[in-house]
Amino acid sequence: MECVFGLVGNGFAIVVADSSAVHSILVHKSNEDKIMVLDSHKLIAASGEPGDRVQFTEYIQKNVALYQFRNGIPLTTAAAANFTRGELATALRKNPYSVNILLAGYDKETGPALYYIDYIATLHKLEKGAFGYGSYFSLSMMDRHYHSGMSVEEAIDLVDKCIMEIRSRLVVAPPNFVIKIVDKDGAREYAWRESVKDTPVPSA
Amino acid sequence: MSRRYDSRTTIFSPEGRLYQVEYAMEAIGNAGTAIGILSKDGVVLVGEKKVTSKLLQTSTSTEKMYKIDDHVACAVAGIMSDANILINTARVQAQRYAYAYQEPMPVEQLVQSLCDTKQGYTQFGGLRPFGVSFLFAGWDKNFGFQLYTSDPSGNYGGWKAAAIGANNQAAQSILKQDYKDDITREEAVQLALKVLSKTMDSTSLTSEKLELAEVLLSPSGKVKYQVCSPENLTKLLVKFGVTQPATETA
Repeated sequence: MECVFGLVGNGFAIVVADSSAVHSILVHKSNEDKIMVLDSHKLIAASGEPGDRVQFTEYIQKNVALYQFRNGIPLTTAAAANFTRGELATALRKNPYSVNILLAGYDKETGPALYYIDYIATLHKLEKGAFGYGSYFSLSMMDRHYHSGMSVEEAIDLVDKCIMEIRSRLVVAPPNFVIKIVDKDGAREYAWRESVKDTPVPSA
Repeated sequence: MSRRYDSRTTIFSPEGRLYQVEYAMEAIGNAGTAIGILSKDGVVLVGEKKVTSKLLQTSTSTEKMYKIDDHVACAVAGIMSDANILINTARVQAQRYAYAYQEPMPVEQLVQSLCDTKQGYTQFGGLRPFGVSFLFAGWDKNFGFQLYTSDPSGNYGGWKAAAIGANNQAAQSILKQDYKDDITREEAVQLALKVLSKTMDSTSLTSEKLELAEVLLSPSGKVKYQVCSPENLTKLLVKFGVTQPATETA
């Protein structure tokens, strides 16, 4: 089942997501990327109902891009998080929505940041956060091993510990994970942790 | 000839002009002058009060300076009733932005949103344009201190020093001559008062005919909108020697 988590280190933020597309008891795909690059310095990792997840994150991504075109300046991570929360809260008054979001970003003035937005539009600024069944294990691991000002190596080591714990303790553990990072140089993919290889398919 | 194209704002004259918009700008030429000057540590707004009657009791200390949000203020020249509508929309826009993003609205965006409203009235409906020009003074984290002007057509621009209202061209040319980059806020106040003393019709300046407001950063780093009290303004006028007839300051 779904596992999304992230943490803030010294000058960077990392988000990790499982890459399984699941329906009922069936795994359709194990290389689904659930972390979207929102703009040059923002990452949005989401879990929840697959349709809602894709539609909502794309909607946010396009609005953030529109803001940048209109105003010539990008939104700060804090502004983007508050905007996302507001949009989700408004959407919830009209119809049910099921998306949980971890938004990581880097700003020149404030450095790296991680925001937690759950499916009922709760917003928190955190140093570490997690969603899904994996959160029981990844939160425990991060409670034990996280400290502020971690280096990239330390953070990746902790991420691997979390993945290891999920794989060994969770009955319905997903096989593969994607790790992305955002720092002063921008948002990008960092690595994959794969124990099952999907046959490559040309992207849709 | 122009009569045929006067009555509707939405129609171009054969020479390619919009008469109602031009007349609206004309209306501003009769209003009291307002001057804005950008300095390295703040923005200064100075306005000429048109004293209509000694008996008139005003509710606020300023009659043409308005705070839009904690980080933006404006000075008005033109029809005040029109201005009140626009100031209200500007305040609403600023709060809407803060509600959506939990951050103060960038100054240029605020000016632009107001100018979109103004522009609308030069194009749609058989309504008249707003007979108002604004000077916006503000601060934001991206571009620091800023000064903008806007006119009834919905045009806006960023300036180091600008004047609107009566005699604005004369004021503008003095500003062009005397403005220096990197002036301090105090020098900006001095320059603004000097320009007003030269361009105003009355022979000597008094605090009753003037108002002065500043946007600045307080020592704690917060943006502050500060209105100068009449007593302090009188002191400033004496200090800069502009209470005497204008000829002396040259």
